[in-house]
Amino acid sequence: MTTFLTGWGGTAPTPATLARPRSVEHLSELVASAPRRGAVARGLGRSYGDAAQNAGGLVLDCTGLDTWTFDEAAGLVTASGGVSLHDLMTALVPRGWFVPVSPGTRHVTVGGAIAADVHGKNHHRDSSFGAHVRSLTLVTAGGTVRTLRPGDPLFWATVGGMGLTGVIAEATFACVPVETSLMRVDVQRTGDLDETLATMAATDDRYRYTVAWIDLLARGRAMGRSVLTRGDHLPRAEGKEPPAFAPGALLRAPAWVPGGLLNRLSVRAFNEVWYRKAPRRRTIVQGIAPFFHPLDFVEDWNRVYGSRGFVQYQFVVPFGAEDTLRDIVGSLSAHGTVSFLTVLKRFGPESGGLLSFPMPGWTLALDIPVGQRGLAGLLRGFDRQVAEVGGRVYLAKDSRLRADMMAAMYPGLEQWRRIRDEADPAGLFRSDLARRLRL
Amino acid sequence: MKNALGAVDTVLLLGGRSEIGLEIVRLLVAQGASRVVLAVRGEFVPPALGAEVHVLPFDALDVYGHGAVFDKAVELVGDLDVVISGFGVLGSQADYDADPAAAARDVAVNYGAHVSVGLHAAGVLREQGHGTLVMLSSVAGARVRKANFVYGSAKAGLDGFAQGLGDALHGSGARVLIVRPGFVIGRMTKGLTPAPLSSTPRQVAAATVRALREGTSSVWVPRALGPVFGVLRLLPRALWRRMPR
Repeated sequence: MTTFLTGWGGTAPTPATLARPRSVEHLSELVASAPRRGAVARGLGRSYGDAAQNAGGLVLDCTGLDTWTFDEAAGLVTASGGVSLHDLMTALVPRGWFVPVSPGTRHVTVGGAIAADVHGKNHHRDSSFGAHVRSLTLVTAGGTVRTLRPGDPLFWATVGGMGLTGVIAEATFACVPVETSLMRVDVQRTGDLDETLATMAATDDRYRYTVAWIDLLARGRAMGRSVLTRGDHLPRAEGKEPPAFAPGALLRAPAWVPGGLLNRLSVRAFNEVWYRKAPRRRTIVQGIAPFFHPLDFVEDWNRVYGSRGFVQYQFVVPFGAEDTLRDIVGSLSAHGTVSFLTVLKRFGPESGGLLSFPMPGWTLALDIPVGQRGLAGLLRGFDRQVAEVGGRVYLAKDSRLRADMMAAMYPGLEQWRRIRDEADPAGLFRSDLARRLRL
Repeated sequence: MKNALGAVDTVLLLGGRSEIGLEIVRLLVAQGASRVVLAVRGEFVPPALGAEVHVLPFDALDVYGHGAVFDKAVELVGDLDVVISGFGVLGSQADYDADPAAAARDVAVNYGAHVSVGLHAAGVLREQGHGTLVMLSSVAGARVRKANFVYGSAKAGLDGFAQGLGDALHGSGARVLIVRPGFVIGRMTKGLTPAPLSSTPRQVAAATVRALREGTSSVWVPRALGPVFGVLRLLPRALWRRMPR
């Protein structure tokens, strides 16, 4: 079946033959008979850009591979690549367990979480998803099934490898025990960017999860004012209720939204309300879903950006390069860039993935509607600034980076290529992202 | 690949000396294109474009060699994001009247060769599942005038071909962009008096690149020519015949 596919940002659609493997054997057969334009795996389509598209080729919808088991004594989940973190959480939280890392949405698959080596609000303490994987099963070019462990170079080419070493059929990873399904959260407002950075640097190690929402449209002395939320799983002694977890979407975005709904005026108004409604400082108790996945309450929220879609720009700069971060926030603020959600986090240790995004430093993520004047040039300038200080942009979010920036941003690229070329000499695994960035 | 903001990476210009074609390439490079193939007849020193530039031999009239040009271009730069069918010749009607063979040869360049190139490009872009073929048509083809009916008839054929090809590619991910400039003040029209609503190669290129980014299927340069020719097409032939040029 030929289908036009886009990432979550809804930009640059391309057609591909979509196939849905029913088993690992079926997956192997499909990979072995992939067409000239190659194949790439796709999960729930939450990568923002073109990572799970393959123009003119084969796209393997892995969501049918959805079985999993749990070894409670060891705290290890063994899940097929297509199992969603939502399904795992729904089953595990009532048993007193949680996934080691959760990105901003639960609707990602295990295969996708490893291929993008996703991070969460706990990166400063727990690194990214790949750091918790004990083994994985990979369907490589030709359809051969290989089991990989962290000692194997192909393992670290696959973690963060954007699906370009093969299809992750199954993975075993460690979970973390929790006593309740609630979070104890400290909310704090800051007056400007310097206060935000200083507060996060001084207090991050006291919390398992931290994040700052930045009002990007605030200017002058208020530039970079933020709302910090920092939390931990609530111990049973403080929580009245036993673990339970059954979140669903409360709203659904309409099928059609007029373009330009998210403009400077509407976002400025939202930001003002959001900032003002946050307490100057308070501790609250929140459920897992509102703390980790607030956007999941609105199904298909990406439609709110209209038919032209949006880009997410997320970069990391190492500690010590705070001036670059300040410069970028200042430029965005001065340019009046409309970003509906702007979040700042601190990253801790790398997982070891050769193309993994997180590295110790500051990471800023922006959701920007397409169509703003001067956006391409602005972001290209940021790419250069970020690369100059040894930082990088996140491939799972990227949809517009130039190939020549890749090597500068990802020093592990050459080693990754050597390992990938050995595993897939004919370059069977390909995606639009891979072509665009000449990976 | 075209990125989320509409910028492309690779460009093939058939007719590497084309003023309009090179202006389009320059603008695409300024917006992010990094690899360019210039297919051109005879000896050619490529201009500095600020990108990786490859030069390939290309003769519009050697239709049997066109397939190899595409194969080589793909080998050099991979997927072709934009293919510009930018070659053409403009002879005077008086010369054509005196030399019908020259007229037939120029029609072969201005129409027949574009058919061959267009079909080759369509094959490559269809298989890729993405990419745009830019066809440089002209208002001369929108309604053919007696003052240059040989050139105009070739452009009319080319325009019709490009429209049909665009429809044939619909749904494949590949597209055709038809560019219809009016009188373009440049090397090709040196010595001729500019007509009303003239434009420069740079203006044509800017309109083309905008249309590429927005994904439209045709563009008039300047834009006002669209409605003007909408009316002129309806003009009675007896009046049209008396058009001064």
